[in-house]
Amino acid sequence: MTRQVRSVSVPHLAGLWALALLSKAADAAYALNFQEPATLIAKEIYNLNMWMMEICVTIFILVFGVMLYSIIRHRKSAGGKPALFHENTKIEILWTVIPIAILIAVAWPVTKTLLAMRDSSNADITIKVTGYQWKWGYDYLKGEGAGIKFMSILATPQAQLDGKAPREENYLLQVDNHMVVPVNKKVRILTTSNDVIHSWYVPALAIQQDAMPGFIRDAWFRADREGIFRGQCAQLCGKGHGYMPIVVEVVPEEKYAAWVAEQRKKMATGAEDQNKVWQLAELIQHGEAVYTKNCVACHQADGKGIPSVFPALDGSKIATGAKIGHIKTVLSGRPGTAMAAFGPQLSDTDIAAVITYERNAWSNKSGDAIQPSEVKAERR
Amino acid sequence: MTQQGSYYYVPSASYWPLVGTLALLLLASGAVLWVNSYSLGPLVVTLGFAVLIFMLAGWFRTVIRESESGLYGQRVDASFRWAMSWFIFSEVMFFAAFFGTLFYARVLSVPDLASVDGQLLWPNFSAIWPNAGPGYKDRFSPMAAMGIPAINTLLLLSSGATLTWAHWGLLKSNRNQLRLGLILTIALGLLFISLQAHEYSHAYSEMNLKLTTGIYGTTFYMLTGFHGLHVTIGVTMLTVMLFRVLAGHFKPDHHFAFEAVAWYWHFVDVVWLLLFVVVYWI
Amino acid sequence: MQKSANGQAQTEAHGHRPEGLRRWLTTTNHKDIGTLYLWFSFTMFIVGGIMALIIRAELFQPGLQLIEPERYNQIVTLHGLIMVFGAIMPAFVGFANWMIPLQIGASDMAFGRLNNWSFWLLIPASLLLVTSLFVPGGAAGVGWTLYPPLSIQMGMGMDLAIFSVHILGISSILGSINIITTVLNLRAPGMTMLKMPMFAWTWLITAFLIIAVMPVFAGAVTMLLTDRHFGTSFFSAAGGGDPVLYQHVFWFFGHPEVYIVILPGFGIISHVIPAFSRKPLFGYTSMVYATASIAILSFFVWGHHMFTSGMPVAGQIFYMYATMLIAVPTGVKVFNWTATMWRGALTFETPMLFAIGFIFLFVMGGFSGLVLAMTAVDVQMHNTYYVVAHFHYTMVAGALFSAFAAVYYWLPKWTGHMYSEMLGKVHFWLTMIFFNMTFFVQHFLGLAGMPRRIPDYALQFADFNAISSIGAFGLGLSQLLFLYIVITCIKGGPKAEAKPWDGAEGLEWEVASPAPYHTWETQPVIK
Ligand code: HEA
Ligand code: HEA
Ligand code: HEC
Ligand code: CUA
Ligand SMILES: [Cu+2]
Repeated sequence: MTRQVRSVSVPHLAGLWALALLSKAADAAYALNFQEPATLIAKEIYNLNMWMMEICVTIFILVFGVMLYSIIRHRKSAGGKPALFHENTKIEILWTVIPIAILIAVAWPVTKTLLAMRDSSNADITIKVTGYQWKWGYDYLKGEGAGIKFMSILATPQAQLDGKAPREENYLLQVDNHMVVPVNKKVRILTTSNDVIHSWYVPALAIQQDAMPGFIRDAWFRADREGIFRGQCAQLCGKGHGYMPIVVEVVPEEKYAAWVAEQRKKMATGAEDQNKVWQLAELIQHGEAVYTKNCVACHQADGKGIPSVFPALDGSKIATGAKIGHIKTVLSGRPGTAMAAFGPQLSDTDIAAVITYERNAWSNKSGDAIQPSEVKAERR
Repeated sequence: MTQQGSYYYVPSASYWPLVGTLALLLLASGAVLWVNSYSLGPLVVTLGFAVLIFMLAGWFRTVIRESESGLYGQRVDASFRWAMSWFIFSEVMFFAAFFGTLFYARVLSVPDLASVDGQLLWPNFSAIWPNAGPGYKDRFSPMAAMGIPAINTLLLLSSGATLTWAHWGLLKSNRNQLRLGLILTIALGLLFISLQAHEYSHAYSEMNLKLTTGIYGTTFYMLTGFHGLHVTIGVTMLTVMLFRVLAGHFKPDHHFAFEAVAWYWHFVDVVWLLLFVVVYWI
Repeated sequence: MQKSANGQAQTEAHGHRPEGLRRWLTTTNHKDIGTLYLWFSFTMFIVGGIMALIIRAELFQPGLQLIEPERYNQIVTLHGLIMVFGAIMPAFVGFANWMIPLQIGASDMAFGRLNNWSFWLLIPASLLLVTSLFVPGGAAGVGWTLYPPLSIQMGMGMDLAIFSVHILGISSILGSINIITTVLNLRAPGMTMLKMPMFAWTWLITAFLIIAVMPVFAGAVTMLLTDRHFGTSFFSAAGGGDPVLYQHVFWFFGHPEVYIVILPGFGIISHVIPAFSRKPLFGYTSMVYATASIAILSFFVWGHHMFTSGMPVAGQIFYMYATMLIAVPTGVKVFNWTATMWRGALTFETPMLFAIGFIFLFVMGGFSGLVLAMTAVDVQMHNTYYVVAHFHYTMVAGALFSAFAAVYYWLPKWTGHMYSEMLGKVHFWLTMIFFNMTFFVQHFLGLAGMPRRIPDYALQFADFNAISSIGAFGLGLSQLLFLYIVITCIKGGPKAEAKPWDGAEGLEWEVASPAPYHTWETQPVIK
């Protein structure tokens, strides 16, 4: 992949003194600049940044050149006699006007790129991205693949987080379900959030768009090469903020079509389960998986929560009391607290399973088995 | 005046600031306890409030005594003028934050929620003002401009006039006019507050218009509420002025405290006019 | 200089001032209060600095070593709030208290008791902040910007932060009213506005900014409070409000705030550079106008903190242009300082070193600010370590360096002793080197996409984070040297003359060193 970086000028070179020195000394793994751009806009941004760097370094050298000259030549120990001037209208006008001119020269190309990056019309595919504490939900709304819907959660094993296993290359940047899109297609992203503000940030695609609860924001990209692009939530969203990565997989069109077909099939089989009657053990087993994905972050693996922040479920009145209260809490959450409504996020089966798990795990030994139909009955 | 002796008066060491600090510490920590439903909260707040009143009374008594014994020359007077102007400016900015909020809700956030993209999340939501947001399911009636608010506008405007009339009395050494003007102003202010209280209880009991009524209720109560609080403070200060007048304080050329309160009162007036236009009327 | 015909200031009778603790608790003397402010500021600098070291220790390598993620967020939040409101702002108010009356020939600040109150209010405010770490649920873990809805979710620590902000607001508004009044009303006869020292000028403008924006911040946190506990809907979409509304209100305060943090520093540098160049400040008038322009422009650029919040493109363009414009008056200042040094007779005592270091590093911070102002580029850099690098270049190498310059410059006036020049220089060079080690590499982290406010990070960021953490510990330890220098200077050292710097100008150098408890009881007259 050739990077379209502008031709290298002298101040540019000088400007990259630190970069150059460091990158020679260190091995190539050091990233000293943006991630390799994967869209046209990202390239333009890359170049804008370099262009600004050149300007700044030039001014820097000029200003500090002058200052350095005075420091060396006009020092008292070198016999400097203070001059008495303290004004010079001409030069003062000059150093007001020149910066203005420079700024105009910078502002013009930035404005062009900005206008292009905000023009999300005529997209081929529209995907709604929803931020949850602390995972991402993807809804393919329009274009090929419309109707596909899934959650995407951190997939780095707990052992690596705890430092008990060696950390892999993509430590903290792996998820279970990638967001898959075709190459060279204009993809419009609609962001929103279920709880607090998150931000969908994928550097190589030059997108960072906040996800506002209750509002829809948009952004777009057209990836010009295949690959896997990783990013992270960029807006502080609570304790799991560092643990909600984003993985975008850009694939050729045929592969995308295959992926769409596969997802469709998965969703169809998932839908059938609704009426099945589950065994207690089955529910607990499935529920534990749901719990680990969705609930541990707050209520902890031992069900003890975090005192004063997240309540314990082990022995809690809700988890040992009437089923209804438990189902309602999980379905509609507790507004104004971190306890989100899981109704819109999880299927009836998942909710039934996780509740069953909670009612039978730790010291909660109720023996209740909650069926998906019971959850369904509580919805609305 | 004692101008000859000094170009400036620098007060000697004082405990009042420390008492004030204690008051705010109590008020703040008490409020934290209170909003988090600790039973100690109200008690600590009350205590803090008592200390605050004690501090204000003591501190101002000192200032009044210094002023009346002629320690404040023209320089000090000018200082007070600057200080009061900047203080009022800070109040202007405080209200500006809330006016800006109302503007933002009406012009930006509510229309945005009803925009094409917004329909994705809030189907069938339409952005007519007054509006309590797409998640608000109850009915409520908005506050009409005519009726009590219009009467209140008249009340406050005339209180501004009576206060100026009182000031003229002070300048002319007509103490009767001064007293009468002040009493009228205070009466008008009190009337305003009681009408406002009546309006609130009416809104709560009959119009289903509450602090929790979405953004409309929020901006309505927060703006008029903070204004009402300022009217209350203003009336309190006017009452203090009345007592000082009765005690024979103030001379035609030396009465900045009175003027400061008058400035404050006019400021509260102007805020009300703005409120009347943007909260009740349009 | 003549005795004024105005007579003397009536100060408390000599010899009657309380001693011991009572002196400090009840004082109305600007020098005492200035000293209180400065010590308070340094204490908070250590508290905030230790929090910074906890942050850096946690980030030394990938994985969680020291603290849980929610604790990390709390520490970051308190670090930001404490450094800005507890360390930097009080430091400058301390300098203002000490120096402005001396510089403009006033016997004291306009309102002595109020001045005392402004200081003591800082104590409950900081107590509320620090104790919030220990209440159930811990401190607010939301960032110093306190964005809702996250701040709505928080526990009691958030309420403590809210009320702390209220008290800080009262304190700094009252302090500013005092400073404005002093500057406008108590100048010595003959000292016209355009003869006023730059430090007084920059503070005059800063005080105006504080009075204009602190109430707005108070309003913003009040809205948070009512949304949290009284069911209002300012920031909730379901009720017709908007989380972005908070961001607008906050940054309407927040951006001017960053100039509140830097303008007094500009003033200090405008004294130190001429003093050690032995040459008058170049372009005094344009300095004044540049400061005023920065202040005015600062009200129109807040949106540059919200480029990714989804504002209309027209808004983005407006904020981008307005932000870029600030480079012009700031440039004027930088050029004026350079021209002041040009053909001077320069010596490099510690204050001068810090002043030059300030200009050098602040310009780098300003340039990264300009890069961030370019909306399209900011979308790549927002909420990454590039921003963290930017604002530590402006606030540590800017505000903090100028505060160091001020301390070394005025220490002889305060204590009557000279500090150790050799140690001062060592302090400068250590600070300079470790500062860059800590923060320069953060630019690279940001460019590569490392988000801020995360306790653990991907492996590709490991090396630079390790460098940065080592730098931070060096930087912190170097400040112990500073403490040592100041304490030894208070305790003793060569006697300082009334005017220890031969190139220094201004009334403050006409009173003895250490400055007597009461000064300018008879106002000087400026010819
Ligand atoms: C002392 C504090 C201080 C100062 C002085 C500044 C100064 C500037 N800042 Fe900074 N800024 C902060 C503190 C400060 N900032 C903080 C704390 C944040 C983050 C808050 C948070 O999110 O937590 C922030 C964030 C921040 C952002 C948002 C980034 C983001 O979150 O995505 C932006 C974007 O525009 C920005 C821009 C600028 C600009 C353009 C200046 C300008 O004023 C700089 C002007 C100076 C120069 C340009 C250098 C000298 C000029 C010349 C030599 C003239 C010639 C130059 C040319 C014509 C090129 N700042
Ligand atoms: C003027 C303000 C100011 C100052 C001076 C500093 C000083 C420092 N800051 Fe900070 N910083 C902010 C304002 C400031 N900061 C703000 C506003 C934020 C944003 C918060 C947010 O995101 O909400 C931030 C965030 C921030 C982060 C990002 C955290 C994150 O996003 O996850 C980091 C990380 O490196 C950091 C580091 C440091 C360091 C190493 C110093 C060092 O310069 C500190 C050096 C000083 C000391 C260490 C104290 C003195 C030490 C001693 C007297 C010795 C005794 C100590 C020992 C045991 C060694 N700061
Ligand atoms: C973002 C953090 C978070 C996550 C993730 C989370 N919860 Fe909660 N949960 C909370 C908080 C906070 C409360 C307390 C709410 C309150 O104060 O009323 C709570 C309360 C509860 C309660 C009521 C407990 C009681 O005794 O009152 C149940 C049951 C519960 N959660 C179940 C779940 C389940 C099931 C999941 C996963 C599917 C889950 N939670 C995920 C934060 C979370
Ligand atoms: Cu989601 Cu940060
Ligand atoms: Cu800014």
